Amino acid sequence: MKNHKLRSNFRFLLAGAILCALALPPSSIAQQSKPWEQIPIPALHAFHPQQPKRIVLKNGIIVFLQEDHELPFIYGSVLIHGGSRDEDPAKAGLVGLYGQAWRTSGTAAMDGDAMDDLLESKAAHIETAGDDDSTELSWDSLKGDSDQVFSLAIDLLFHPKFNAEKLQLAQQQEATEIVRRNDDEDGIAGRESAKLVYGVNSPYTRQPEFSTIGAVTLADLQDWHDRTLKGKLIVGIYGDFDPVAMEAKVRAAFDNLPPGTPEPARHDQFTDPKPGVYFIDKEDVNQSNVQIVALGVDRHDPDVPTLDVMNEILGGGFGSRLFQKVRTQLGLAYAVGGGFSFPYDHPGSFRVEVLTKSVSTVDATKAAEAEIAGLNTKPFTAEELQRAKDDIVNSFLFDYDTKDKILDESERLEFYGYPADYLETYHAALGKVTLADLTAAAKKYIHPEKLAVLVVGNGPEIKPGLDALDMGAPQPVDITIPQPHGPSPTGAEN
Amino acid sequence: MRHRFFRGFSSGVWLFTILLAWSAASAQDLKSFEKRITVKVLPNGLTLVICERHDAPVFSYATFVDAGDVNDPSGESGLAHMFEHLAFKGTTQIGTTDYAAEKVALQKVEDANDAYEAEYLKPVGRDEKKLAVLHQAFVDAQSAAEKYVVPNQFTQVAEANGAHGLNAETGLDDTQYFWSMPQNRLELWAWLESGRLADVVPREFYKERDVVMEERRMRVDSNPIGRLEEQFFATAYVAHNYGRSDIGWPSEVSQINATEAMAFHQKYYVGGNIVIAIVGDVDPATDLPMLEKYFSRVPAGPKPEDMTTVEPVQFAEKSVVIREQTQPIYLEGYHRPSYRDPDDAVYDAISDILSNGRVSRLYRSLVEEQQIAAEAVGESPIPGEKYPSLFMFGAIPLPGHTPAEMRDAIHKEIEKLKTADVTNAELQMYKTRTRAELLRSLNDNQGLATSLAEYQTRYGDWRELFQQLDQVDKVTKADIRRVANQVFVASNRTSAEIDTEPPAGPAKQDGGAQ
Repeated sequence: MKNHKLRSNFRFLLAGAILCALALPPSSIAQQSKPWEQIPIPALHAFHPQQPKRIVLKNGIIVFLQEDHELPFIYGSVLIHGGSRDEDPAKAGLVGLYGQAWRTSGTAAMDGDAMDDLLESKAAHIETAGDDDSTELSWDSLKGDSDQVFSLAIDLLFHPKFNAEKLQLAQQQEATEIVRRNDDEDGIAGRESAKLVYGVNSPYTRQPEFSTIGAVTLADLQDWHDRTLKGKLIVGIYGDFDPVAMEAKVRAAFDNLPPGTPEPARHDQFTDPKPGVYFIDKEDVNQSNVQIVALGVDRHDPDVPTLDVMNEILGGGFGSRLFQKVRTQLGLAYAVGGGFSFPYDHPGSFRVEVLTKSVSTVDATKAAEAEIAGLNTKPFTAEELQRAKDDIVNSFLFDYDTKDKILDESERLEFYGYPADYLETYHAALGKVTLADLTAAAKKYIHPEKLAVLVVGNGPEIKPGLDALDMGAPQPVDITIPQPHGPSPTGAEN
Repeated sequence: MRHRFFRGFSSGVWLFTILLAWSAASAQDLKSFEKRITVKVLPNGLTLVICERHDAPVFSYATFVDAGDVNDPSGESGLAHMFEHLAFKGTTQIGTTDYAAEKVALQKVEDANDAYEAEYLKPVGRDEKKLAVLHQAFVDAQSAAEKYVVPNQFTQVAEANGAHGLNAETGLDDTQYFWSMPQNRLELWAWLESGRLADVVPREFYKERDVVMEERRMRVDSNPIGRLEEQFFATAYVAHNYGRSDIGWPSEVSQINATEAMAFHQKYYVGGNIVIAIVGDVDPATDLPMLEKYFSRVPAGPKPEDMTTVEPVQFAEKSVVIREQTQPIYLEGYHRPSYRDPDDAVYDAISDILSNGRVSRLYRSLVEEQQIAAEAVGESPIPGEKYPSLFMFGAIPLPGHTPAEMRDAIHKEIEKLKTADVTNAELQMYKTRTRAELLRSLNDNQGLATSLAEYQTRYGDWRELFQQLDQVDKVTKADIRRVANQVFVASNRTSAEIDTEPPAGPAKQDGGAQ
């Protein structure tokens, strides 16, 4: 079952495929011959990626139409500003519940269960989902069913009828997630290290609790819906359609809406994590999950192309310093890597992770820290720079090799207000990164003394102990799950 | 862990994008694919399947080796996977500064390992002092060999040339290698891929073995689901290797040596046991001669003998109970035949009707109506498909509900399948959705390459990918009832569950463990 079988989708059992990935800066060892360099690399076949047609409605709604006639199939989506970072902290989890209950509730004309029956009989889909900065409604169907599915989707977009039973169902699902969130070591490490970076009560890390999901009402869902639907919607249609007819159809659905009001700008404060080593004891593991984190940068930052190249050198896969050292040379980890992330409208994180057996926790952590510090002390080589650029530049093609990926990118840039030629500009900037740029960026962004280290692992097995990291006494992190007060908010308990 | 340009976008907007594609099914599609697909069996027995798709200047490939961890010899569980890791270490021509000298050094590593192991494994009278000396000699021999290594050069060259999604997977049934690349790197790819199939060197083997042990700790030892699964399959099977840990039992995978890995390679990595599918901007007329030149390097050989162990008929119900602090889960499995059984599609129909989406019986019953589970499914075949495997049910209880409730509710649904026909609508939905899911999957170059290689291996003809729909269409309500009555019986059942135990003793720190 490690094979990805077409027919197997037992979600919680997918331990994942056995992956093999690896790499290191080829030192300047002389190699007698490099036969692969004798293999000709002809010019790439000409390629003219097809951009979607962009239409601006008079109310500000943006529509993208991307034709693809290879298969008789049409899909669409509406992207809506506003997500979990914008929800009331006392109702954390609201957007997640909304994303489920919107679709499962259905409309006045057709409830969610009836919609399931109809759509599944046609192998079609309409789905809704919530994310940290957006919510979304999407649909897909055979061309022949697309008029009906489009109408249903639009009805769900504008006239949902939120249903108490479906909200309760969503609350039960969320309660299950809460009660299980400390079972999985990897989940704990990801969640708690993000809290170190952004803060416990940050809009980007606060987590749903029994009390906050229990506080969400049907009226909250309706209010959220009414408010966000007034925003600047982005509509994308992809597939086998006639563009004139499709434009008319989309206009008929969206043209008469009042002008969209932009989602209010956020004014979040971001501060560096408090340096030190943090520890979460988990008795049923024999491997430590180590996260080394700091606050990172926003994608608007002009240093992002340089940092992207630095990511590739530090922890971006087979050729990276971390992979070469910690995995290949030391054999201390299967999973090791990391770097900066570049969110489109807020600072990301710097994160390096290494998973290693309990007894080598300190050794592996020190080895990873040494590679991070080495960005400032171990000069970048021309060879490393070239390889990192080749890695990135030669696989650019896979950012836009299908028409749906191009549509995806167009919508993303529209959503975050980036120029339409951002990708080209970015690609060009990457190509110009120099060794001096890397050295300057490392100096500016890599501060080993500011790092926070989180270890999730089996305390008694970790020898030497985390004191040996010389980062002060390990600070325990309490991950106790607050229990619901009084009767369960979900009604799930007997 | 790779931080790339597209990783920043947080939304699931395009979750469905990958799945998007559709054709009106059947003959017409088969015909259109027949025009675009070329199959060539090389003199060494290796099969190339090439599917042209010229939309963009890229190609994807999948190398499918018909050997997996089910083929690991007794006492060497995890060997196929260990070899897969070796296949990233380079060849006599890449990854080394001086292969002739490295070869001598690698032999010394093997000799040193043999000497160390002989002492280490002595049942009585092990000399710890001698052991320490032998271990140091083993470590020194590895260091001596590493002097000739250009670490990870094979993967670096691939990535620097635009390899995208580079990876490999070892399953019980087979081993797959895959990536995508710009179209103008086809010859470079052929050099790399044929090299590692034909000419692999057991470089840095013992470090990599440590890496695989870490992989085991991550996937199995430190993961509640991993632990449950391993015990579940080990209990369900008494004879067949499907019951054996696929990543390997710790005492076995930690003792595998390079000589054993190379013996596995010699036996199973022969032309007749390998299918390679390429999908994308490739022109068979001009590219095939080049591909043939490179892949002819793979040693000739017929398919190795299949394993002959047959799992005996189960006659006693079995169960596994893990009591620990993690939250409860319930699984149960019933033995079923392999993918070649005429009822293969019937099992798929049962799985679809029970667990595909919000209309499925298990979802509507356990999740929506009874409100006792967060998720409930029935899936097959698992853990493999090449040999008789299992039909597995599983459910995740909502807070406050127990594995026993899951079991009882699942049994009620099974009873319904046995005693009443499914509805016309359910059966038709299965057929419609199967057709749709198949056709959707064809849109993606990498997915299609994997499917073509798999069907060419399993059925000897990629066309079965389409023709299987004939079997789907033939499934009847009576078939479903017959198979349910045949297979879902108590004596054929193995169950496994996690029962949650409160933490033992007083809390260790502030707030205590949860």
